[in-house]
Amino acid sequence: MSSTAHATAAEPASPLLEIRGVEKRFSLSGDFLEQLKFKGGKLVREQKHVHAINGVDLDIQRGEALCVVGESGCGKSTVARTVMGLLHPSAGEIRYDGERIDDLSHKALMPYRRRMQMIFQNPYASLNPRMTIQQTLEEPIRLHHPDWSTQRVRDQVAEVMASVGIAADWGARYGHEFSGGQRQRIAIARALAVDPEFIVADEPISALDVSIQAQVLNLLMEAQQQRNLTYLFITHDLAVVEHFGTRVAVMYLGRVCEVAPTATLFARPRHPYTQALMSAIPRLEDDRPQHIRLQGEVPTPVNLPSGCVFHGRCPHANARCRSEIPQLIAADDGSQVACHAVEEGRID
Amino acid sequence: MTTTNSSMAAAPVASRWSRFRGSYLLYSFKRDPVAQLSLLVFIVLVGVAVLAPWLAPMDPYDLAQIDILASELPPFWIDGSDPAYVMGTDAQGRDLLSTILYGARVSLIIGFGAVALQALLGVSFGLLAGYLGGRVDAFLMRLADIQLSFSTLMVAIVVGALVKAAFGGATYSDYAVPLLVLIIGLAEWPQYARTVRASVLAERSKEYVDAARVMGFSSRRIMFRHILPNTLSPIFVISTVQVANAIISEAALSFLGLGMPETHPSLGSLIKSGFDYIQSGSWWITLIPGAMLVILVLVINLLGDWLRDVLNPRLYKG
Amino acid sequence: MALLDVTNLDVRFALRRGDVQALRDVCFSLERGERLGIVGESGAGKSVAAFSLLNLIAKPGYIAGGSIHFDGQELTAMSDRGLRHVRGHRMSMIFQDPMMTLNPVLTIGEQMVECLKAHRRISTKEARAISLRKLEQVQIPSPSARLDQYPHELSGGMRQRVIIAIALLLDPDIIIADEPTTALDVTIQAEIMALLLELCEKHNVGLILITHDLGVVSQVTQRMLVMYAGRVIEQGPTREIINDPQHPYTQGLINALPQMATPGARLNQIPGSMPSLDNLPSGCAFHPRCGFVARADGSTRHACTDEVPDFVTSGNCRVACHMVAEMLDRERIPAEEIR
Repeated sequence: MSSTAHATAAEPASPLLEIRGVEKRFSLSGDFLEQLKFKGGKLVREQKHVHAINGVDLDIQRGEALCVVGESGCGKSTVARTVMGLLHPSAGEIRYDGERIDDLSHKALMPYRRRMQMIFQNPYASLNPRMTIQQTLEEPIRLHHPDWSTQRVRDQVAEVMASVGIAADWGARYGHEFSGGQRQRIAIARALAVDPEFIVADEPISALDVSIQAQVLNLLMEAQQQRNLTYLFITHDLAVVEHFGTRVAVMYLGRVCEVAPTATLFARPRHPYTQALMSAIPRLEDDRPQHIRLQGEVPTPVNLPSGCVFHGRCPHANARCRSEIPQLIAADDGSQVACHAVEEGRID
Repeated sequence: MTTTNSSMAAAPVASRWSRFRGSYLLYSFKRDPVAQLSLLVFIVLVGVAVLAPWLAPMDPYDLAQIDILASELPPFWIDGSDPAYVMGTDAQGRDLLSTILYGARVSLIIGFGAVALQALLGVSFGLLAGYLGGRVDAFLMRLADIQLSFSTLMVAIVVGALVKAAFGGATYSDYAVPLLVLIIGLAEWPQYARTVRASVLAERSKEYVDAARVMGFSSRRIMFRHILPNTLSPIFVISTVQVANAIISEAALSFLGLGMPETHPSLGSLIKSGFDYIQSGSWWITLIPGAMLVILVLVINLLGDWLRDVLNPRLYKG
Repeated sequence: MALLDVTNLDVRFALRRGDVQALRDVCFSLERGERLGIVGESGAGKSVAAFSLLNLIAKPGYIAGGSIHFDGQELTAMSDRGLRHVRGHRMSMIFQDPMMTLNPVLTIGEQMVECLKAHRRISTKEARAISLRKLEQVQIPSPSARLDQYPHELSGGMRQRVIIAIALLLDPDIIIADEPTTALDVTIQAEIMALLLELCEKHNVGLILITHDLGVVSQVTQRMLVMYAGRVIEQGPTREIINDPQHPYTQGLINALPQMATPGARLNQIPGSMPSLDNLPSGCAFHPRCGFVARADGSTRHACTDEVPDFVTSGNCRVACHMVAEMLDRERIPAEEIR
């Protein structure tokens, strides 16, 4: 394995984060007694699962912003939470900087906790209502740097507050005294307080107003430049992706259907789902092409369709799509598409 | 409106006092005469109970001060009363006013003591069950169900009878207060555990808890530093109801002869001791402590109602 | 005379801090079959404006002044009984969360029949037939089966279709839709919006669409209002406002969209945030965030900080901004000199 020092932007040696075949199932059936059912005169144990993600492979390179887009229930937040260790994957592995992290103990994970941080969707729930801003920001620093003096902790808090545009006198106040955008700044400050190198942002702007979204996106981009951060950015908003992302992964029903550099994806979406998704964005322009209408709605992740998860709604589906699960196949332009029709050249 | 702007004006760095002055709690208290009256009565009752040794005309525990000849004297507004005994005397010749003051003291000590024990057990178990979930949750909650299926009275009767049989009535009398605290405390912890568990479940799903987990904080720290302070409102509300319940429970137990002995009467045992004399016309021995008990429990419940309305986030409109 | 005419609407909330003015001097009108968008960020008062049309503002809110003139009737002076009639028959509402509107313990059919029978003297059988027809209109797959289903058995997009069917049940003149697609996914959102648009056009129903999404407004509506801190600050034909916004806030809002910037570059953000209604800045409520005020010269800056701006007409649009007023004045002077 070559070291990162020799890595170039075009051909990075080793990705910062590797997600390999990760699956996550949630049981719907409750405890053992509730799983027992009578079927045909026999007592059988039956378990139902929600298949939140099914075999997701993703690499995140140093310094990039990988955006994961998809509609609700596609598993994009589950990916984020699994990467951060808030959920344990049912199968597959997650490697950070070459080391496997999904099976580590609480203690062994601590160094990674400092290097990986997370920003949440709801700024109204992500700050502890009983703690002042100063306490909220000091707490993680003290945890990860127990040897630091009080003065050094305060200096670090002051530095991070200044860098996200929070006035120093906010420290003594509580979260509920601030607006949504201000709270999201505080939440970003909390994530930056321990000097992480990798940040998972789970829909960080979707609860905010339009004019505030721009402020927070700018802040995230500034932080990326100044601190050389790597982002895993979860969103449902394609306009944000186009602006923010280095690469985009499109998810549908727990699977990645297309991964591509942002410009490539927006210039030429290849997967039929990506095409439909992009045609549905309400644009300001008057003369947009008619949006592609999909048949039906997203199936439940309890009983997954056979073959390609998208086949029930896809205008190009054939017998192979209904039986065989498509794998991500790389194309020349750096994109990867999981679609039989694209592979066979049936669609462009 | 003077309180209106204080929260705005003091916004930059508000002290605890100005925070309280601008708070909804104080505002709604000022507008609720029932709550004001209840708090006033409650403070007076607790005050006289606490200060009983200094306020009471005589010490009902001191046999030397009791004059058996002055038994069953009526209160001052009835013919045949003795001005030395304002509220009259009981069957043993104790000054009823003094006995009530001392009795209220015993009742309040048991009420608050039992609730403190309930809260300790219930909050810990509720936190553990709600935060850890899974088997811990299933085990603790089944335990709570089992506990709730025994009534307080049944537990008290069994434990009281066992202690009396094992150590004799005299030892029982000496340890009656801690024993009652223990019995009522053990019998009612599931109320706390359930309330706390429910609000822990609600808090646990909030993102600040995820944020703390992502930071790498230990479960213990997340439970006590992050979640517990945010479940305090329901704990306060339920505490008021539980204090009232505990006082009632104690009174009921004492009335059945399973609580405080008549030498150290609580309000409940006073009511009981007077009950035998109601037929002979000495109604005041039962009714005056009874009224005291009703007023005490009523004001606590009224305060609890008010607190619940104030702290209920769905009703809260700032 | 327009179908709906709102003039100087003033809505207040009686709070313990005193009255808070949620709407000030809101004026707009709607022609029959016209689609109007009300755009603003949270706290701008756009939902209050919609709710006040049907006098549905919850206590402690109340209409403190102004008039709502609808098809020859004054709604602010109307009895509860009369208002109920208007609510059901003439105007209906679509809310953001379909589960709030649908009763979870009644089937779709029961709810639709109940609604019909409350307003019309018809038999259950007729009501069911009408309900079925409306469900067909909103293009729900297997509509007759849906009548006997409960709301929780339907998906989010399907529920919102049912809501639209219920809104159309009594053939209203105006549908007020409060963020009807915000809770839905983009692909479903596009379909629901297309459906709503199609139905409104087909049945000549007016639409008041309340949203924060400029994209949706520009796709669906003919005219739009932009609201800020309880006031309308700009109104006019949607296309003109989107292409050439006059008010600095509208400009900021449109320029802040990621699609308006080159990818990876800084977005044009508006500094600060919307003031709370109980603590509005003096003069123009937008002036502390307005980029033009900082650059303005003395007299105009004083006007912005001290005087509430009046509406000026610029082309087909009306704008409440001192800057725009001044610019229009300046343009007018050379025109006179030439003459």
